[in-house]
Amino acid sequence: MTTAQRPERSVPKPQFTDAEAGAQEFPDSGASARRYNYYKPAKRKQTHYEDVTVDVQPDPRHYLAQGWIYGFADGSRGYPLTWTKLKAWGVDKPEPVNGVGTGNNHVVDWPAHGWHEFRDPNEEWEMTFYRYNANVVRQTTQNVENARQAKAFDNWTPNWKTFVERNVGAWMHIEHILGLYVFAAINRSCPTNMHNTAMVVNSMHKIRFAQDLALYNLTLSEEIEGFDGAAHLDAWNNDAEWQGVRKVVEALTAVDNDWGEMAFATNVVFEPLLGELFRSNLVQQSAAGNGDFVTPTVIGAGEYDYSQRDLRWTQACFGPLTQDKEFAAHNKELMQGWLSHWVPMCLEAARAMQPLWSQTDSKPPRFEDSLDRAKSRFAGIVTELGLEPPKELSQ
Amino acid sequence: MAKAHQKIQELSWEPQYHEPYMKYGTDYTFRKAAKKDPLKQVLRSYFPMQEEKDHRVYGASDGAIRGNMFRQVQERWLEWQKLFLSIIPLPEVSAARSMPMLFHVVPNPELHNGQAIQMIDEVRHSTIQQNLKRLYMNNYIDPAGFNNSLRNFHSDYCGTIGRQFAEGFITGDAITAASIYLTIVAETAFTNTLFVAMPAEAAANGDYLLPTVFHSVQSDESRHISNGYATLLMALSDEDNRQLLERDLRYAWWNNHRVVDAAIGTFIEYGTKDRRKDRESYAEMWRRWIYDDYYRSYLVPLEKYGLVIPHDLIEESWKQIWEKGYVHEVAQFFATGWLANYWRIDGMTDTDFEWFEYKYPGWYDKYGAWWENYNRLATPNGHNPIVFEDVDYVYPARCWTCMVPCLVREDMVMADIDGVTRTYCHEVCRWTDVEAFRPTYQGRETPNMGRLVGHREWETLYDGWNWADVVSDMGFVRDDGKTLTAQPHLDLNPKKMWTLDHLRRCPPLGSPNVAINNLDAAGKAAFLADYNKQGPAGRPAPSGA
Repeated sequence: MTTAQRPERSVPKPQFTDAEAGAQEFPDSGASARRYNYYKPAKRKQTHYEDVTVDVQPDPRHYLAQGWIYGFADGSRGYPLTWTKLKAWGVDKPEPVNGVGTGNNHVVDWPAHGWHEFRDPNEEWEMTFYRYNANVVRQTTQNVENARQAKAFDNWTPNWKTFVERNVGAWMHIEHILGLYVFAAINRSCPTNMHNTAMVVNSMHKIRFAQDLALYNLTLSEEIEGFDGAAHLDAWNNDAEWQGVRKVVEALTAVDNDWGEMAFATNVVFEPLLGELFRSNLVQQSAAGNGDFVTPTVIGAGEYDYSQRDLRWTQACFGPLTQDKEFAAHNKELMQGWLSHWVPMCLEAARAMQPLWSQTDSKPPRFEDSLDRAKSRFAGIVTELGLEPPKELSQ
Repeated sequence: MAKAHQKIQELSWEPQYHEPYMKYGTDYTFRKAAKKDPLKQVLRSYFPMQEEKDHRVYGASDGAIRGNMFRQVQERWLEWQKLFLSIIPLPEVSAARSMPMLFHVVPNPELHNGQAIQMIDEVRHSTIQQNLKRLYMNNYIDPAGFNNSLRNFHSDYCGTIGRQFAEGFITGDAITAASIYLTIVAETAFTNTLFVAMPAEAAANGDYLLPTVFHSVQSDESRHISNGYATLLMALSDEDNRQLLERDLRYAWWNNHRVVDAAIGTFIEYGTKDRRKDRESYAEMWRRWIYDDYYRSYLVPLEKYGLVIPHDLIEESWKQIWEKGYVHEVAQFFATGWLANYWRIDGMTDTDFEWFEYKYPGWYDKYGAWWENYNRLATPNGHNPIVFEDVDYVYPARCWTCMVPCLVREDMVMADIDGVTRTYCHEVCRWTDVEAFRPTYQGRETPNMGRLVGHREWETLYDGWNWADVVSDMGFVRDDGKTLTAQPHLDLNPKKMWTLDHLRRCPPLGSPNVAINNLDAAGKAAFLADYNKQGPAGRPAPSGA
């Protein structure tokens, strides 16, 4: 028997290049050269989050020598700072005018207390974001599956089933619309990479939560006899209790060309006054008494998204603007105006929801008490931002 | 999963009280379009899947550091990554930002779900790529260029060429930008060379981190391709869109070819040390991934819908790469201008020459002597950088549209716009500026079409400046305050490295565009005639020709 000679395989040959850090000394071989040096960290040390988000998007006010190279038909280009009426330090400074022989012309003392100082306190980037949401998805799925196996839905009181199919079901539409048509939408308009990353994350929290509710609804349709999986559509489209909220949600998507107002009105006004009012002060308070330990775990995941994460970036985004060394008064006046516009709408919508507090067998705290809690929470958020709770709150 | 996806469709929203604010417009119409989402992705499965992909990427990163991959990384390769990884995170995050432009103009709530998932994918890509660069900065021998890449990219003419890729996604007609340019051409065609062909070359150069990261990125692209295809089919339903589709396919194809082939072609052909004869050249990769995979199996079948696809431009792109040496001309130009960059460019050796001649017969006659001169002039020894020396090379004019210089000299054309004479690398780039990006197209009102704006010629900003001041102004100087970040060789011995002092004695930078505009009409005509007669590799026109 002969052994066939195989031809030598053609593969790249590894080579020892000694191209590792520290192998030689030369200008820029020191330890200080091994960090991104084009931005100032918010604190003493650069964070991983800052390293992967700061300055990815250029700005003609900084180093972008040749300016934006594509424009819209109306002449606007890139991320105009006028796409919100809010102002941050340096906004009114003109962009450097480059031309023949001007060189780079970059602005040295930039940014100061301006848009580019915003950092998401949640430090969200790819790795943190996927870990967090994958964990939420796993936990929610496990909770629902556990309840399904334990036949936990059999313990629900009769009217709770109707409440969940109509009203918890209706809430999925709100999260979906806010996710897609508020936060995803303004991710194009906001001025920096750090803003847009925070908004995309906020958007995906909401879309995920909406889908969690939809899939929970699907499970309930399969597990509970007579559970009408389409009732949420009827409630959302027709129930008087939901039309006020729907009007506010749709109005949030229809704000005229101001990403700042959309984010502010949603996370500062709508969420505490209507979101937490329904989620925390009605559903979470009612479920246990009606024999339901599952729905709070699904709702609770969305509630955590807002109260522990989305609200945090919102405060970090808008808070400094009310203390801006140049535009504090302008921003406060503007935000107070937004509060005066959105608070009455939200309160009206909240009052339209009042009948929901009477629909279940085991009653939650009184509507007025729930609303007071929501108002108190809202007033706290507003005060922390350096604003006055609007007089409309006492309506 | 199908049931879950079906359920998600119940979330579709028809406004009752307020219509969303329509910030971004399009000249396309979607009156007759069938509305289907081909993607069927729900986040319950999406997040754990992406997390698992991340685990693999970060596990590989950890392994690369522990195993000290950098002992075997080719510096020639990693230096070019200073440019590539400066540019690419911006197009990624811009793609995230372009998605909501489609929410408003594509009346298909089912599809918005897929576009939102693409949006977060793109944020993922941007930060995972920034993180890869961070890892190189920390572990590769020379961090300079990685550590200030975002400032550098904002100032550098190569970065600006790459920025086309990003700004084309986010500005102008929403469908042109976010659908045709981004998903239908850039992602469906050119990510194959970006994220598949290039990683293969990285691995051959001892870098298995870039393939790990970029294959993880590429595995998201199928979602994005589906978004593009669904939108394309919707657009095809309405006869009025044909004219715009055909315009946009021409623009998007040509601009992607000009920009991506210039960059990725150079990285693959001139950034590699792998000179096995049976490894594919960029031309061969292009033929496989773009011509066969995209053109023949994606674009050509669209003809059955009556769409006129730009056969002529695909053939012309191939001709540019195969016959006119487009990639070789670009690599030579990058190397000519090494001192205006922030990475080190290795010269070509006899082994490289032999490979190029084998893959591209006739290469040596065109480019060999110039690269020999490049090596001769690589370390400072009383002479100036190669751009100032007599090596039979004419510094090229810049293309106003794609911003890559007009390197295939015979193709250069000119036009007078708004009182300024502009140069274009090819007739299609002239057409893009003069005809496509205009408020009317072939007599049709196109009020949403974007504009080409900005200071599109880097050289003009520095016209008349001393080179030491140019490089200082851009910030491409190392921590001793005088050694250049860029070098035309890989020797890190400080005695072999160029400094600002060497540049101080050089002639000032002169903008070809400023010079052209100072000519009278006859002078401009003579300039154009001479330019078109210049030879391959930037050789001057024969005297008396």
